[in-house]
Amino acid sequence: MALAAKDLNVGDTYTECLVEDLKRTQIVMYAGSSGDYNPVHTDEKFTKEIAGYPSVFAHGMLTMGMTGRMITNYVGDGRVTKYGVRFTSQVWPGDTLNSTATVDDVTDGIVTLSVETTNQDGVVVLSGYANARVD
Amino acid sequence: MAVNKFPVEGSHIMMFARSIADENQIYYDEDYAATTEPGRVIAPPTFAQSSAQFDPDYFLRPKTGEDWFGSGKEATGIKREASGGGGGGGGGGLHAEQHFEYHRHIGPGDVLTAEVKPGKTWEKEGKRSGKLVFSETITEYRDQNGELVITARGVGVRTERPVDQ
Repeated sequence: MALAAKDLNVGDTYTECLVEDLKRTQIVMYAGSSGDYNPVHTDEKFTKEIAGYPSVFAHGMLTMGMTGRMITNYVGDGRVTKYGVRFTSQVWPGDTLNSTATVDDVTDGIVTLSVETTNQDGVVVLSGYANARVD
Repeated sequence: MAVNKFPVEGSHIMMFARSIADENQIYYDEDYAATTEPGRVIAPPTFAQSSAQFDPDYFLRPKTGEDWFGSGKEATGIKREASGGGGGGGGGGLHAEQHFEYHRHIGPGDVLTAEVKPGKTWEKEGKRSGKLVFSETITEYRDQNGELVITARGVGVRTERPVDQ
């Protein structure tokens, strides 16, 4: 279901829980599908002993992909025209992520959203924007 | 990553959608997809990133007969003195930003090419990880007709040391 411009107001929000208790297996699935096999995402031994992090951590693109799911669930399939993010904090196994889109503008059939994904401690892990066509 | 041939396939889209925990039927069910506005299976917005699968030289994929920096018996398969970590992520640095512009949504049957153009490079002093070196790449994805379908801009960052937690 696509959005209608007449139903949208600046400041409207849409929120989804992206994941609860992120599993290492989900990260492995993302490595396999995306082709990014950087061991920092799946190889605990390497990540602790060589890279110097407390554990493996999620690909930024996994968080961006899950956040994109929130956006397409909100604006409808095939409606996104732009989507960009900054990765502001790492995402770890066990994290629970919530993501919110906020309507910033609706002009000429395009909605501009600001997008923010936070973890269970309220830390922003991703912030960005999306544009989508609306009816 | 430059890619000469990135065939967009239904099973790859299905696996990609599963990997981002997106159960939307438009990503795997042709009959359902036919009833939607796009009218066919399409790829999730960030799918283009998986063009890495079709880059023969992609450095974050182990290759037969070559050393791999991930662990085997030892913590890294690279046979030299470990430098004491650092590098903030090992091998690839960290992903700082990613932006996509969609000129058309792609789906099974599309065959893409990806051309990479270098962008800007800049430095910054980070509180949690020492000096940060950012570098930007622009990737243009074109379809089988040579038409631009997605423009991607990625920013990577290399850190002086692992990010403090």
